[in-house]
Amino acid sequence: MAATHKPPVTGAGPLNGVLTWFDQRFPLMALWKSQLAEYYAPKNFNVWYFFGSLALVVLVIQIVSGIFLTMNYKPSAEHAFASVEYIMRDVPGGWIIRYIHSTGASAFFIVVYLHMARGLMYGSYRKPRELTWIFGVLIYLCLMAEAFFGYLLPWGQMSFWGAQVIINLFATIPVIGEDLAVWIRGDYNISDATLNRFFAMHVIAIPLALLGLVVAHLMALHETGSNNPDGIEIHENLDPKTGTPVDGIPFHPYYTVKDLVGVAVFLIVFSAIVFFSPEMGGYFLEYNNFIPADPLTTPVHIAPVWYFTPFYAMLRAVPSFFNMQVWGVVVMGAAVMIFFALPWLDRGRTKSIRYRGPIYKAFFAALIVSFLVLGYLGVEPTTVWGEFPKALPLLGGDYVAIWVARLLTAVYFAFFLLMPWYTARDREKPVPQRLT
Amino acid sequence: MKTLFAALLLAPAVALAAEGGAKLDAAPVNLNDRLSLQRGAQVFVNHCLNCHSASAMRYAKLMDLGLSESQVREHLVLAGEKVGDAMTTTLDTKDGKAWFGVMPPDLSLVARSRGADWIYTYMRSFYRDPAARTGWNNTVFPNVGMPHVLWEYQGSQAMEAAAGGEARLVKGSPGRMSTGEYDKYVGDLVNFLVYMGEPARVKRVQIGIVVIFFLAIFFVITVLLKKEYWKDVR
Repeated sequence: MAATHKPPVTGAGPLNGVLTWFDQRFPLMALWKSQLAEYYAPKNFNVWYFFGSLALVVLVIQIVSGIFLTMNYKPSAEHAFASVEYIMRDVPGGWIIRYIHSTGASAFFIVVYLHMARGLMYGSYRKPRELTWIFGVLIYLCLMAEAFFGYLLPWGQMSFWGAQVIINLFATIPVIGEDLAVWIRGDYNISDATLNRFFAMHVIAIPLALLGLVVAHLMALHETGSNNPDGIEIHENLDPKTGTPVDGIPFHPYYTVKDLVGVAVFLIVFSAIVFFSPEMGGYFLEYNNFIPADPLTTPVHIAPVWYFTPFYAMLRAVPSFFNMQVWGVVVMGAAVMIFFALPWLDRGRTKSIRYRGPIYKAFFAALIVSFLVLGYLGVEPTTVWGEFPKALPLLGGDYVAIWVARLLTAVYFAFFLLMPWYTARDREKPVPQRLT
Repeated sequence: MKTLFAALLLAPAVALAAEGGAKLDAAPVNLNDRLSLQRGAQVFVNHCLNCHSASAMRYAKLMDLGLSESQVREHLVLAGEKVGDAMTTTLDTKDGKAWFGVMPPDLSLVARSRGADWIYTYMRSFYRDPAARTGWNNTVFPNVGMPHVLWEYQGSQAMEAAAGGEARLVKGSPGRMSTGEYDKYVGDLVNFLVYMGEPARVKRVQIGIVVIFFLAIFFVITVLLKKEYWKDVR
C-alpha cells in the first residue's frame, strides 16, 4: 500500500526524498510547521525573552555534562568525594565537565529567575496562559529538588550539612516528622543509603519529570501563543488575506537566529565563569565543600547555595510558636507554592507592567527588592547587621538582620496576598491596539 | 533533633566569632613560577608528607612542574612508592590520633578550603605556649594539634601582650633562616599547595582565553545573521 495521501516534501534539496519518507510515516512537517516555521510569535520580544530558550540550552548542558560525570562518579559514602577529585585530576577533560556542571547548576537558576521575572512583569501567567505558568512553577520545583539532591553527591562538608538542615526541616512537622526524615534518609543519619537514593533521584527520577514538564510547558505555550512586552493578544488581530497575526512573525527563522545571539552572549559569560572563576568567590562552589563530609564535625557557618538563600532567610526569620518550629518551614513552603495561585490573584485589566498603575509598580518593585535582600541575608550569618541597642523597647538586643528579614518576608507575601485588592483598584493606562 | 536544628540556625553567629580573629597576610602565589613550585614540592614531601597525606595527588603529576620522571623519583618519592602512586603518609591513623589528638587532615585540597592566605599566615604564626600539648600554639588556628614543624627554620616566637591590650608575636631564638628567607620558604610551599588543590588551573585559564576568543567570533557571526534575517521586519 502506498504510504499516504500526503504530498511529497519540497524545498529541502537532496533531503526531499528522506524527509518525504519520514513525513509519510510521522507528522514531521506538521510538527515543524506548527511549532517553528508557522508558529507566529510577537515581533517585539525584547531582551527578557532570551531566557526561555537559554533555560533549554542550560538543560541540555546539564544533561550532557551530567552523563559524562556519571561515567566516573561513584555514589558511595566511601568513594564519592575521592571520585570527584579523580574526575578533576585523572579523567581527561574531567575538570571541564565538572566545572560546566557545577556552573550550569547556578546558571540554571539565574536564567530561570530572570525568566520568571519576565513572566511577572509582562503578565505572562494571565489567562489564557495559566497552565503554561503552572507547568513552569512545577519545573521550578523540580529544579529545586534536582539541585538539592545533586548537592549531596560531591559528599563534602556543605553537601552533608546542607542536606542535614533541609532534611531536618521535614523532621519539624508535628507527629510524623521524625519518621518522615528517617524515610527520606533511609537511615537514622545521612549515610551511604541516603547518598545512593539521592543519586537515583538526581540522575533519573527528577530529570525524567523535568523533561516531561518542559515538553508540557512548551506545548501549552504553543497552544495559546506567546505573550509579549505589551501584553496584547496578537492572535486577535489577523491579516484578512493570510489569516496570520499582523504583529506576528514566524518563530523560525526570525527567533531562532535572534536566540542564537542570546546563546552566544550566554556562552561567553558561562565560559568566563567556568574557565576563570569556577568557584565564583565561594558562591557556586563553597570552600567548605572541599573538605570531605564528616558527620562528627559541624561547620561553623552553614549557608545553602545562593539560589536557595531567599527562602532560607525567611525560614530563619520565623520564630517558633507553641513550642513548634514548623512555622518557618510552612512560610518557606508557602513562599514557593504561592506562585501557583498567581493567575487567579491578579485582577488587573492589563497584563504588562507598561500599562499597569503606580500601585502595582510599587508592589512589584518591593517584591524584587525583598527577594534580593532576603537572598543576601540568607548567605550571611544573622549577626551581619549587628544588634539593636539594648535600651530599645521590644526589639532591644535582637539581631537587626532577623527583623529586616521578617519585614521583607511580609513584603514578599503582601505582593501576592494583597494582589486581588490592589490590582482591581489601580489606575491603569489604556492598552494600544497594536504592538509598540 | 530539634536542638540540632536550632543549633544549626544559630551556628552562623558562632562563625563570625571564630573567624574574626587574626588578620591574614597575602600569599605570594604564582603558578607560572615553576622553580617556586618545585621548591614547594620539596618542602611538602620533606616536612608535610610525614604526617599529612595528599591522597588525590599522584607523584607522577609532579612532572607537570617541569620535572623528569627520574627527578621526581630521586628527589620527591621518599618512601619507595611507585611514581603512579598517590602521595599518602605512612603515619598510622591510630598513632596520629594518639600523638596529635586528631589524625592530621589530608592536604590535597587544603588550599581550596582554607585559602592560600590562611595557610601562608598560619605557617608563620606559631608561638611557644607551655600550656599546649605540643608546646606550640598558633594565632590563626588557636589550640591547633600540630606542632611547629618548621621551627628550626623560622626559630621560635612568643606571644607578648602589648600595652594596648593587643597581643602580638615577637621573635625568640633565631632559626636557620632570616625572616625574609622563611617567608619565601613558606611562600613556595603555599604556592605548591595551591597548585596541588587544582593541578589543571593554569591550563584552565589558557584554554579559557581560546574559548572566549572563539565565542566572540561566534557572537559577531550570530549578530550579522540576525541582522540579515530581520531586515524585512518592521
